[in-house]
Amino acid sequence: MRKMVLFIISFITWMLLTYQRETCLELQGVVVGLFAALLTALIFGETFAEEPRKLFDIRRYFWFLVYLPVFFYWCLLANFDVVYRVFHPSMPINPGIVKVKTSIKSKSGLAALCNSITLTPGTLTVDLTDDGYIYIHWINVESQDIEEASRIIIRKFEKILTRIFE
Amino acid sequence: MSDTIGLILITIGIFFELAGCIGLVRLPDIYNRLQAATKCVTMGTCLILAGCVVLKGICSPIALKAIICAVFILLTSPTAAHALARGAHLYGVKLWDKSVCDMYEKDKK
Repeated sequence: MRKMVLFIISFITWMLLTYQRETCLELQGVVVGLFAALLTALIFGETFAEEPRKLFDIRRYFWFLVYLPVFFYWCLLANFDVVYRVFHPSMPINPGIVKVKTSIKSKSGLAALCNSITLTPGTLTVDLTDDGYIYIHWINVESQDIEEASRIIIRKFEKILTRIFE
Repeated sequence: MSDTIGLILITIGIFFELAGCIGLVRLPDIYNRLQAATKCVTMGTCLILAGCVVLKGICSPIALKAIICAVFILLTSPTAAHALARGAHLYGVKLWDKSVCDMYEKDKK
């Protein structure tokens, strides 16, 4: 099941990567693509997704579409934040490593949450423990309390990510 | 029209990349530098690729490849920064002198 899903995804990726207008569907390219996708699926199939049935849930894709604009908004804000701090003559930074708690359990959800944290204003994921704590390097520490820091940093993503990945 | 929008997107992307590089030089320690480098370089590169998509038209082969590259960069660049920060901390690189707190160091003991 997992291998099948990974096979289809890697085949589509291969076809998009090698797509050219003149030779859009050549037999040779398709055969090589099938072979490469099969190899990928056989080698990496076991490490792919924990529960492939989640991939067929339409509601998750809907929430993913909701998540994209939120993510890009914070991403853009993060860039202006960096531009402000870097070009400011006195460099207004106040860094430190804080600890936050998350309720997301699934591995892909945690990966998405950590990547989102890294791309949002002033925060960078440093490490992750098994019992749901994340260590975050914060360029402008507003609170050292776990609850307070969690509220400021991850609440904006956690609700939507829970709907996508849990 | 699409030429103008594409070139504007590429210009903004290059500006963000420049900000990231200046941050890499100005900020004090590895963690702050990673912050500037990751955010600005990811977004800057994505904007440059988006500019390419607008310049070439959404259905052309180059645009499809640019979109795939943007997705891969969005997935891998934060992960690489995460690995670098964790590796540096485990190796024992100290935070900047004026840092407020380091709970990771405290919990490691």
